[in-house]
Amino acid sequence: MSQAVEKYRNTFLREVEANVEEGQWVKMCMQCGVCSGSCPLGPHWEHPPQEIFMMIRANKREEVLTSSSMWFCTSCYNCIARCPRELPITHIMHGLAHYAQRQGLAPKELPTAKFAKRFWDNLLKKGRVNELQLGLQLYFMNGLAEGIKTSLKMQKVGLGMLKTKRMDPMEALGGHGCKDIKGLKAALNKAKQIEETKAAKALERLQSKS
Amino acid sequence: MTNVVATNQTILVVGGGISGMTAALEAAECGKDVILIEKNPSLGGRVAQLYKYFPKMCFPTCGMEINLRRIKSNRRLRILTLTEVTSVTGDTGNYSVTLKLSPRYVNENCTACGACANAVTAEFDNEYNYGLNKRKSAYLPFAMAYPQRYVIDSRIIGTEEASKAKAACPVNAIDLDMQVQELKITVGAIIWATGWKPYDANKIQPYGYDRIPNVITSVEFERMADPLGPTGGKLLRPSDQKEAKNIAFIQCAGSRDRNYLKHCSRMCCTATLKQTTYIREKYGDEGKANIYYIDIRAIDRFEDLYQKVKQDPTVTFIKSKVASITQDKSTGNPILNGVNTEGYQRYSTPYDLVVLAVGMEPSVDFTQLPINITLNESGFIEFDPKNGGQFAAGCASDALDVNRAVQHATASSLRAIQVINKVAGAEA
Ligand SMILES: Cc1cc2nc3c(=O)[nH]c(=O)nc-3n(C[C@H](O)[C@H](O)[C@H](O)COP(=O)(O)OP(=O)(O)OC[C@H]3O[C@@H](n4cnc5c(N)ncnc54)[C@H](O)[C@@H]3O)c2cc1C
Repeated sequence: MSQAVEKYRNTFLREVEANVEEGQWVKMCMQCGVCSGSCPLGPHWEHPPQEIFMMIRANKREEVLTSSSMWFCTSCYNCIARCPRELPITHIMHGLAHYAQRQGLAPKELPTAKFAKRFWDNLLKKGRVNELQLGLQLYFMNGLAEGIKTSLKMQKVGLGMLKTKRMDPMEALGGHGCKDIKGLKAALNKAKQIEETKAAKALERLQSKS
Repeated sequence: MTNVVATNQTILVVGGGISGMTAALEAAECGKDVILIEKNPSLGGRVAQLYKYFPKMCFPTCGMEINLRRIKSNRRLRILTLTEVTSVTGDTGNYSVTLKLSPRYVNENCTACGACANAVTAEFDNEYNYGLNKRKSAYLPFAMAYPQRYVIDSRIIGTEEASKAKAACPVNAIDLDMQVQELKITVGAIIWATGWKPYDANKIQPYGYDRIPNVITSVEFERMADPLGPTGGKLLRPSDQKEAKNIAFIQCAGSRDRNYLKHCSRMCCTATLKQTTYIREKYGDEGKANIYYIDIRAIDRFEDLYQKVKQDPTVTFIKSKVASITQDKSTGNPILNGVNTEGYQRYSTPYDLVVLAVGMEPSVDFTQLPINITLNESGFIEFDPKNGGQFAAGCASDALDVNRAVQHATASSLRAIQVINKVAGAEA
């Protein structure tokens, strides 16, 4: 581990504030626990949000960024609605997940991460989500056998959608895109650039401070 | 018809709770003319609705009694009950105030014998007990009420009931023709001692106050603990009238929460600590109190009470803001759901009864009154030179305990006296 990273670790809260979407709110948590108690997936998490926030403040970088907890968030927004301090908890959770992914620390084999990746790649192709392709990809995400099983199970729904013209089978062949895919890609590239510059600057600031 | 003499050397005190009584008495005992108005039929305010009050755990009747003695022996203080302010114009040293006096339908002849109450049958929710029981339509608001005079509920005026009450009165005290009266007076200074009200627990949707009978508020719990209250001092579950022995308290029910009241109501922690002593008083070691809290804010000398309660093995503290309350249908037990911050364990714990330590908010929405006064974010009156000769006393200014409310009222009284002295000096 380089010296820089060691220093970096001592200031995990600052790292989060600088790099994670809405990360500056983490210090505002007063540990009341209403988010954790209100989360429908609460019983399944390794660490409820309030604990994640405390872990950030206790410098537990590795444990936080490698945790699967943030990836359980379904964006139901119960926590945001209930938080007595109006912390944007949902956004912080997604921000942490995204940051962990960027750092290559997110646990492998997370269904929500897999889905997010496929959704994004699919969207990037034509500037529109091709639901048919995305759906099929998801069916086969865990192998051929499971894919076939799921397809058979969903057969009736699919036929129904065909009949009511809610699904166009031709979309499977390529599908339609948005008007200016080149423009969209340029915009996304620009956004990525801005984000990277911001992160680099934040890193510089952190290192000069510590 | 009520007539009142007032001049620009008179101080008007609005609200007859502990703060208003104090402010009015301090000024009157300094030789100022004071008019004290109270919207309810009796003085006393919310302190009169407590079973006991901390820190000394005395009965409110005691504090009331002292003040009533002072009131009775003072000739400079004029009290108007069932009275509210409808408008204020003018400036420091010269305010023109309009008062609205609602009829009591009972005059000074009343000896509080109770014959009218015996004669009537109609009943209404008892405001004094926060609607936990009913009272007659001819009633004395509570045992220590001042003035000790019955009230006829305006909702029976024009009915057979009212005539029955009138006929039963042996001293001809009932006057059913009394009307709402408007009174315009001039005063030099105004003290707003309008106090607080409990935050509406129905707004805290996840706690189910509106749906789960055995979820009650802290102010209701005070009435339940009182031997003169609706349950004769027994801690009874509203659902089945069984005695509640294992009781949970939820702190910050409405307070310190941007969804409800942003401010800390400050008194609720100490009030809950006090209420655990009621449970011990009733059941000894048999009762259980469980306090769910974010952090305990027992300010300065109330720390002693906190330390004492912490020693009690029947009291448990759980560091957690409860996420929701559900109900066990078969037992009627409320179930508290959440995550304990000390260890992050998930809990789903049933209790006999749950008490919401509801927050305190200003009893009056001053933005709705035609007055010019500076308010803070929570709607309490802020001290501001721009307020001129208008001052707040007690809980009209903030969530305060009795001790602080009374100190604050005394300070406001002094400020009002200064205004009056200036007026007097200018005119001499
Ligand atoms: C559950 C609970 C328990 C508590 N227990 C304690 C305790 O044990 N010890 C302690 O020190 N403190 C306690 N407190 C705090 C205590 O109740 C307050 O400090 C006290 O009531 C303040 O008195 P006040 O006169 O300022 O206000 P209030 O008691 O609210 O009196 C205000 C008066 O003004 C009248 N009024 C309102 N609006 C108008 C109007 N427009 N016109 C005319 N009159 C009006 C009201 O009818 C009332 O009579 C407790 C609080 C809570 C929530």
